Amino acid sequence: MINKLVQTMAEAMDGIRDGSTVLIGGFGAVGQPNQLIDGLIEQGAKDLTVVANNAGTGHVGLARLMELGRVRKIICSFPRSAGSVVFEQLYREGRIELEIVPQGTMAERMRAAGAGVPAFFTATSVGTSLARGKEQREFNGRTYVMEEAIFADVALVEAWEADRWGNLTYRSSGRNFNPVMAMAAKLTIVQTQHVVELGALDPERVVTPGIFVNRVLHVPYGDPPIP
Amino acid sequence: MSDTAAAAWKPMNRGQMAERAARDIPEGWCVNLGIGMPTMIADHIPLEREVIVHSENGVLGMGPAPKPEEINPWLINAGKQLVTMRPGGSYSHHADSFAMIRGGHIDLCVLGAFQVAENGDIANWSTSENDSAPAVGGAMDLAAGAKNLWVLMEHTTKSGEAKLVRRCTYPLTAPGAVKRVYTNLAVLDVTPTGFAVVDMVPGMTLADLQKVTDAPLRAAN
Repeated sequence: MINKLVQTMAEAMDGIRDGSTVLIGGFGAVGQPNQLIDGLIEQGAKDLTVVANNAGTGHVGLARLMELGRVRKIICSFPRSAGSVVFEQLYREGRIELEIVPQGTMAERMRAAGAGVPAFFTATSVGTSLARGKEQREFNGRTYVMEEAIFADVALVEAWEADRWGNLTYRSSGRNFNPVMAMAAKLTIVQTQHVVELGALDPERVVTPGIFVNRVLHVPYGDPPIP
Repeated sequence: MSDTAAAAWKPMNRGQMAERAARDIPEGWCVNLGIGMPTMIADHIPLEREVIVHSENGVLGMGPAPKPEEINPWLINAGKQLVTMRPGGSYSHHADSFAMIRGGHIDLCVLGAFQVAENGDIANWSTSENDSAPAVGGAMDLAAGAKNLWVLMEHTTKSGEAKLVRRCTYPLTAPGAVKRVYTNLAVLDVTPTGFAVVDMVPGMTLADLQKVTDAPLRAAN
């Protein structure tokens, strides 16, 4: 029997190694796997490269992981936002490395990894400082810059529903980066609001097929905070 | 504006600017509205004119802010504000949402900007090469990928410096991308020969507008 459901956070986090590249889903407070991030804090892996759209807020979750000195490098599109105090201080003090990536390029770099495509060309960032040092080529009269895939060790994903095969659905804009991150990692760990029986999800409605998922933990925490 | 002559003209407020830009969006277009003032454009598109609003966090067919009884805490826009979905709306993940942008499927994007140059260069993400940690978000994808890029911004900075310039001094978001600019004073097209003024607030002359603009201006044909 295939059963990706795990019963404890310790099982969910088992084997995450120091030096891992970790993808963390979410956009704003929606679709963010907060309990898995806390689990990673507890688990102890360090020297991490984290890929997330934002660089954490306040002193909880991703910000806490960074504050504990566990993140060597962050790859994100929007590091500075209201409350990103921990990141800003670490960055000022030279204690964290930043790779700033246009949001669509970031998503595509993970989708490419999930599809086994090591690099691709895009018009985004051509003629800007973010294209410096990158290979450029012309196709059909337009210049494009080469971007490399982000192959990750671990993805932390939040779903709305999951079954024991790891098939996933998402809730409204909580989908965001989660499906692409699920594809791009060797070990994809999911926290889900609802666990359903195998067969209960209409195949037409599955967004992430279970093949991309390794572990599922039931975390019925309710709704994200109202912004 | 330090000109001491009593101005015969009055700048538009933010709502009027959004309304002015909204007037030019045709039925059937799919538009992405940037964070800040551009977001306000959606409030000025009449419901009977079907325009599909896209938000890069995977929301296509976005509606206005919810009434208290309509709140879905899982439905936010790229500015992280609560929004609603119109009938016909759909969700997608980030890679597909940006495929809509990067694949040239979005008819129009309206962004704010620090500077726009007469050759269509836009600078809207960072004000220094040495910025400690600039936040680019989806601006470069939108500027490079949308079929049309408009800018909605004040005509000058708060201290009166020109934002419509010969060459951008801030780091670029994209070269040669802007087609049209809506400011609190005027509407300008970016043409192969520079800025062409389409209209101005009542009472303003081209000479008045030139005084607060770095790049040379001409009237549109």
